[in-house]
Amino acid sequence: MSSTHESAYPVHHVGHHFNNASDEFEAAKQGMWVFLVTEILMFGGLFVAYGIFRGMYPEMYVEAHHALQMKMGALNTIVLITSSLTMALAVSATQRGKKQRAIGMMAATIFLACCFLVVKYFEYSHKFHEGLLPGAFYSNTEITNPKAPLFFSLYFMMTGLHGIHVLIGIGLISWMILRSLRNEFSENFYTPVELVGFYWHFVDIVWIYLFPLLYLVS
Amino acid sequence: MSNATTAAHGDNYLNHEKGLWSWLSTVDHKRIGLMYMATVLTYFLIGGIFALLIRLELLHPTQTIMDANTYNRMFTYHGAIMVFLVVVPAIPTTLGNFLLPMMLGAKDVAFPKLNLASYYVYLAGGLFATASLFLRGADTGWTFYTPYSIRTSGTVILVLTGAFIAGFSSILTGLNFIITIHKLRAPGLTWSRLPLFVWATYATSIIQILATPVLAITLALLVMERVLRIGIFDPAIGGDPVLFQHFFWFYSHPAVYIMILPAFGVVSEVIPVFSRKPIFGYKAIAYSSFAIALIAFIVWGHHMFVSGESEFAAFLFSLITMFVAVPTGVKVFSWVGTMYGGSIRFNAPMLYAFGFLELFTVGGLTGVFLATLAVNVHLTETYFVVAHFHYVMVGGTLMALLAGMHFWFPKMFGKMYSESCARVAWFLILVGFNVTFFPQFILGAQGMPRRYWSYLPEFTLLNQISTVGSWLIAAGFLFTAFYLIKALISGEKAPSNPWNALTLDWQTPSPPPHDNFPVTPIVTDWPYEYRPDGAIVPIQGAAPLPA
Ligand SMILES: [Cu+2]
Repeated sequence: MSSTHESAYPVHHVGHHFNNASDEFEAAKQGMWVFLVTEILMFGGLFVAYGIFRGMYPEMYVEAHHALQMKMGALNTIVLITSSLTMALAVSATQRGKKQRAIGMMAATIFLACCFLVVKYFEYSHKFHEGLLPGAFYSNTEITNPKAPLFFSLYFMMTGLHGIHVLIGIGLISWMILRSLRNEFSENFYTPVELVGFYWHFVDIVWIYLFPLLYLVS
Repeated sequence: MSNATTAAHGDNYLNHEKGLWSWLSTVDHKRIGLMYMATVLTYFLIGGIFALLIRLELLHPTQTIMDANTYNRMFTYHGAIMVFLVVVPAIPTTLGNFLLPMMLGAKDVAFPKLNLASYYVYLAGGLFATASLFLRGADTGWTFYTPYSIRTSGTVILVLTGAFIAGFSSILTGLNFIITIHKLRAPGLTWSRLPLFVWATYATSIIQILATPVLAITLALLVMERVLRIGIFDPAIGGDPVLFQHFFWFYSHPAVYIMILPAFGVVSEVIPVFSRKPIFGYKAIAYSSFAIALIAFIVWGHHMFVSGESEFAAFLFSLITMFVAVPTGVKVFSWVGTMYGGSIRFNAPMLYAFGFLELFTVGGLTGVFLATLAVNVHLTETYFVVAHFHYVMVGGTLMALLAGMHFWFPKMFGKMYSESCARVAWFLILVGFNVTFFPQFILGAQGMPRRYWSYLPEFTLLNQISTVGSWLIAAGFLFTAFYLIKALISGEKAPSNPWNALTLDWQTPSPPPHDNFPVTPIVTDWPYEYRPDGAIVPIQGAAPLPA
């Protein structure tokens, strides 16, 4: 890794339709913010459905949520918050031109994201084993409330959509590592890393809402 | 006008690069706009053929050409294709893509590659939806109401996936346009000097980014209903089918304004040019788009007056819906105020703007009838509703699209079309439209329900008039296709500014060069200083225009 020429930064070419690099950076940043607003609205549909059914069947939520593994959920919360920290450090390292450190931090973020998915895998397989499946596939007999399948439908839809976002995040951060290795970033140009950072923080925040809503019902 | 000399070199965006691949891989917003136009018009043709077949089936009270199941699939595809693949993207992706950067004095949209990606996302969505046609099809209607859409056989999933994918194209286009308007305005182009088409596009984009993600999650959940039987919309395991209607209309009502706001934008550009008068109520027109966008999000319940929502909710939704008429009325009066005392020229774009005013006003006012609770209960699910939204969507959006296509045709292709042919086609389409859809108001008021394959014998005459009207519309569109293609091949060469218009898109050669402007324009005024005997060009160093 040390053999790559840290000094040989290729110049980033500002798009021909922008006046200067800072306009381009601002535009990209605003674009990312707008994109995250659309993401909030997409998850919003699921949160609204969650809230409506919780209002309709409060005692079912309480009973069903005991089947979730709270400790694993809590562990995953810590894992994701730590990954947000490593991603923030990766962004600031990139801004200061510290390539090695940035790549290390991004690799750590990916590692933590994978840990999250492994924990999630064990949680899911436990649910499959217990017959705690969405809707018509539900076959658990221990929970007595007949509406319980709905809770697990919501659980799988919400954590599933979030999980897809984690996977996409892993892909994006890997791509940033690749571009970093190709010396595409410098103190003067780090927009893509910063934007991926925004995205990753968003994914974490969604989980911070999902965890109490699903695992800590009372 | 001095810019026109650079066109002498003959280098423009159409011939800047050559070959099919240069089109398929282009990031030039003008070329992407034309690619969208070709695709949207193709889907319009497909959706239009379905419409003609539907009307043909309704020529007689009993079976005419198809059985009931085929008919159900016909109106489903007619609706889904026309809404998701034609009317929603019609103006923003075609005229919007082509014009927005030009009206801003910019070289491109903020994210040109994303723009191209949006096109392919749209194309993929369309292919998914139409592919299902060749399998078992879908018979749910374009609204996909649960629980029927969960239980019916057929390839509903493909149509849902198609609409889901096409939705992302809409989201990304909206995002791109918002950032473009914020970041890429030419020097001197302040907010109060923006063309009204840009204002309308901005308001549209806001709805696109806020409403479409909700549709995405709704359709995704419905796909999951069919794949995993998750039950969220299915009463069998405690789910709520009315929740689906809430989610669906939370998108699909604002979607009506995704369709109509850009149309308002087009008409706001055309009317002052052909009235040779400054636009009346510039700020009122600009801001009312945002008022409409805001109200759009809190009226969805008017689609569910008979679906079991509480009477209090129905009352509130009814009241707020009527408020939409206020900012809409502000616009209509501003356009009429612009024409008042003007020196009106009856060129094709202006004729279509008149057509828009007539049809949209009928569509809008019948919307107030439908918003009225007591009347709504009688008219729900009848042909009155069908007539109402066709007056709004076709009479509003499509008339404005035709106005815009005729207005900017010389700019896009550098050719002039035959004005007399355009008048004949306009007459056919306008008369055909009224003959087709006006009888449907009467049919609906008399109680003929929508989405049925047959009807009572006493409705025969009005249905036959309506079917004949559909042939007139078809003739009008075929004739339009004929003279526009003829103009492309052998039309007279267009000057850079044939209508003496003032927005920046006209202050450059026709067709425009690859980078839009030979030099970045410096804006000094708003683009509406029209006079009966000329106009003041709003860019530095430009001479006044003769009328
Ligand atoms: Cu509505």
